[in-house]
Amino acid sequence: MGALFLGRAALVAILAGVLLAPWHGMESGFAGLTAWPSGDAAPLAALLADGTRWWLWSAVILLLAPAPALLAGRVPGRLLAWCSAGAIALVFVQGYAVGLRGLAWPILAPLLGEAGPQTALGWGGAILLAGAFAMLSAGLAAQGRFGGDAFIAFLVAGSAGLLLLFVFLPLATILAAAVMEDGRIAPGALATRLAAPEAWSLACLSTHRGCGVVWNTLLLATLTAVISTLIGLAFALLAARGNVRAQPAFRAMTILPLITPPFVVSLALIVLFGRTGIVTTAMWDWFDIPRSRWIYGLPGVLLAQVLAQAPIAFVLLEGAVRAIGPSLEEAASTMGARRFTVFRTVTWPLLRPAIAACLLLAFVESLADFGNPLVLGGDFDVLSTRIFFAIAGARHDPGRAAALALLLLALTFGAFALQALWLGKRRYTTVTGKGDSGVPAPLPPGLKLACGAVAWPWMVFTAAVYGIILVGGFVHDIGRADLSFTWRHFHTGFEVEWANGPAFRGSAWDSLFTTIQVAAISAPLTAGLGILLAWLLARQAFPGRRSLEFMTMLSFAIPGTVVGVSYIMAFNEPPVELTGTALILVICFVFRNLPVGVRGGIAALAQIDKSLDEASATMGGGAFQTLRRVVLPLLRPAIVAALAFSFVHAMTAVSAVIFLVSAQHNLATVYIVGRVEAGEMALAIAYSTVLIVVMLVVVLGIERVVGRAQIGRRAVPIAPVRAGA
Amino acid sequence: MTDAAIRFTGVTKAFGLVRAVDDVTFDLPQGALVTLLGPSGCGKTTTLRLVAGLELPTAGRIEIEGRDVTRLAAAERRIAMVFQSYALFPHMNVLENVSYGLVVGGARRQAAEGEANAMLKTLGLDGLGARLPSELSGGQQQRVAVARALVLRPKVLLFDEPLSNLDARLRRRVREDIRDLQKRLGLSVVYVTHDQQEALAVSDLVVVMKDGRIAQKGTPHALYDDPADAFIADFMGEANVLQGEVLGEGRIAVGGAVLETAMRAHPPGPAALAVRPESIRLLAPDEAAGLPGRVQRAAFLGQTREYEVETAAGTLFVVTPAAAPAWDEGAAVSCRLDRAIPLRG
Repeated sequence: MGALFLGRAALVAILAGVLLAPWHGMESGFAGLTAWPSGDAAPLAALLADGTRWWLWSAVILLLAPAPALLAGRVPGRLLAWCSAGAIALVFVQGYAVGLRGLAWPILAPLLGEAGPQTALGWGGAILLAGAFAMLSAGLAAQGRFGGDAFIAFLVAGSAGLLLLFVFLPLATILAAAVMEDGRIAPGALATRLAAPEAWSLACLSTHRGCGVVWNTLLLATLTAVISTLIGLAFALLAARGNVRAQPAFRAMTILPLITPPFVVSLALIVLFGRTGIVTTAMWDWFDIPRSRWIYGLPGVLLAQVLAQAPIAFVLLEGAVRAIGPSLEEAASTMGARRFTVFRTVTWPLLRPAIAACLLLAFVESLADFGNPLVLGGDFDVLSTRIFFAIAGARHDPGRAAALALLLLALTFGAFALQALWLGKRRYTTVTGKGDSGVPAPLPPGLKLACGAVAWPWMVFTAAVYGIILVGGFVHDIGRADLSFTWRHFHTGFEVEWANGPAFRGSAWDSLFTTIQVAAISAPLTAGLGILLAWLLARQAFPGRRSLEFMTMLSFAIPGTVVGVSYIMAFNEPPVELTGTALILVICFVFRNLPVGVRGGIAALAQIDKSLDEASATMGGGAFQTLRRVVLPLLRPAIVAALAFSFVHAMTAVSAVIFLVSAQHNLATVYIVGRVEAGEMALAIAYSTVLIVVMLVVVLGIERVVGRAQIGRRAVPIAPVRAGA
Repeated sequence: MTDAAIRFTGVTKAFGLVRAVDDVTFDLPQGALVTLLGPSGCGKTTTLRLVAGLELPTAGRIEIEGRDVTRLAAAERRIAMVFQSYALFPHMNVLENVSYGLVVGGARRQAAEGEANAMLKTLGLDGLGARLPSELSGGQQQRVAVARALVLRPKVLLFDEPLSNLDARLRRRVREDIRDLQKRLGLSVVYVTHDQQEALAVSDLVVVMKDGRIAQKGTPHALYDDPADAFIADFMGEANVLQGEVLGEGRIAVGGAVLETAMRAHPPGPAALAVRPESIRLLAPDEAAGLPGRVQRAAFLGQTREYEVETAAGTLFVVTPAAAPAWDEGAAVSCRLDRAIPLRG
């Protein structure tokens, strides 16, 4: 794509942003459009004409300054770049400087005088900014940056802008909120908040009061990590070396957690072990064991997290066990080692890196988990729930929430740093390109017995939990062991009445529709942006590539609760006000799930020889054509994976979005959490069943639609491609 | 023609501290097949990629047919390139591969496929249009890659080691095909290879590179018979390098013997002399005045015989036609040098 074309397109966007689209966000939604071109829906041109936003003339003049040259067919790169960068900065600075209550920065009073209050930027602002970014890219490309390709320049500038706005800015806002008190910067307040006894108290050691949330969080995460890894290891050893015939059961155990909303197991646990739960009642009836609320607290949350994490540990560790070349173990046994010695001296040391990775993953997942502690935590608070209550609870204290979020962020980054340090150093490759046709050594009998003693009861337990979920929606009151069949709960949630067409009367329809809508919009955006970024990062050399990659990956390490808090803090006020809209949900999902799409794309691109891109370039294919005709068709499997992943995650996420939903745009998961808190366990379970079915249908559907075409096209997919000289 | 097909002026390409191409200046004539030859890591592939626009130079100026393309991206240069791996798009069939450049250039699909089919026919690939690249043999894939490049009627056609993925027998035929095609269409071709025989066989002009610089440029004949230095002499085919003395026009002294030989002009005095194995004749010691020696090793290769001959100037490697008289190991011989090349520097 030529710089001239992009420059002219930018002009069109800028003009549309100034003349047509409403400059500010409209409180009244699309209905406000009737007032165009005045009132709520006034475009910038009208506001400039009546003098209420006179200071924005400067931005418009800057953006239109290069117009004569562009129309004459020239692309003055330097002029374009500087003018557009200046205009972008101006629009944001004025947005922060002149807020809802008029001038927010007294420093600018002599310059702006009595600048009237203004609301957030709307579609006009967004279109104008997009145009300005396009102009900036055209300018940079015309100066020979980004290999002179305006398309690449636009992709880089655009995605960098979006990442700055939706990943970096919220983080910075949290930092700022943590050091602010009563609108002033107060480092002392930050220190107090970070060192608060609610976080670090050790009272539980000596008294009956609870310990600080940091200790709670660490304890929970450590226990979850150790126990789920041990269970996963037992399953992995049995599956890979145990000679047991239970593969289908093992497979089912690995797939179920992926399509279950994370807190659904909590529901089942309450049904089983709550005060009136099935098991509790049985214990009372048969053994006179008194009913108690032990499930609410550390044991319950731990159980729920292990139920979710153990299968993931199983998948990781099974891969590691199978990757150990059998010839190594055979070599040890030919040297006279007995079975257990072989396991202890060869197998186990080779497994250690995988176990470390597994521990750290479960640790990080436990830190980030929000749904289970919320449902089952009781008085046992962890950082993620405490952050939530600091925002949504009786005492709304953003500063405290921000400080707790920083602590959680520090723990997460600490774990990731540890992982990088540990895994960066050691890597055992035991499967080489050479044929390795040994027979894996069977487990030592004692160990097999031990593994079985862990694995089989756990499998029964898992089956019971998912059985509850399966059955719970279809019986009267599973919480009180009333197991007579009924459609009642589905009726409450999903009633449809026919009166001149369908009327969705069920209480769950609204949130289900919103959820599907948001997931369906965000999944293609995530996959698209993720694959584009992967292509930029893997295939294009440009200044700032490393920073762009870092920012992309950053959002992966941020726990959902922190993302949620940072979003409501950053986007609750002009100039970028998104809270309460469906847009913020979409944006949140896109940027949270982006790293997975990027990673998948980069991995897939590594399999595609770079000379294919180069061949396209030498035949006159610019970056855009190459991407469209060569790279994307070859990346189809990665795109399918990214689509499916982001759809499922958008349907099952709770932690970030619980802060962002509104009465108008509620999500299924948040609705279910609400039902649980209201004690409507059966309805919650019924709804979860519906979610699981929707996800299965959509994921299989994506594979069918996008995947089929590929199979028909490429019977023999791999051309003889060798690395170039 | 007045214009050069490709003109490099002081072109440098640095990767970090490494200068893959270091201040290179040359003109390549139009309508000629030029090979870039050199050992691996000498900068020949980087030079080719600079021509293609797949790399942009750190310094210097590149012109193609008189047009400054130094800062142009590959897509805007109107060149075409045949890759070492062929780089056929695995998800497109042969016809789609060949019409790709026309389609992205804005041609209508029907017109593009018409032209592509004509080009496939020219290269003897008719009937294969619907196949996928993975369903073709190596030689066919190579021709599809050439067809895909030629259909764009490029100003310059670039080949990056096009024969390296073919087996030895096919190599010779394909390189002759390329040469025929180039002559028939009057193309300007730049061809990268590390195989000197391949370079000698097909080129109008050979550019030998070493350490990012041009070591020597000339016709195959000139490079072989008139190498600038020991590196070229050795790289362009085997050579015995002897220490000796130039006594005058056509007279040299090596190993204590004074010999009459054909040679290029060189000032009298001590010099290194390159002698090609095939320009040494072995005669009976009493038959002629020559460098006396003794056969150490003899091998019969069918078309030729190879000898190692121990002389006062060192061990000589000699290749004689099979029809020439044979010598046994241990035989005393007199070595007659038909041609010696005094090396400069």
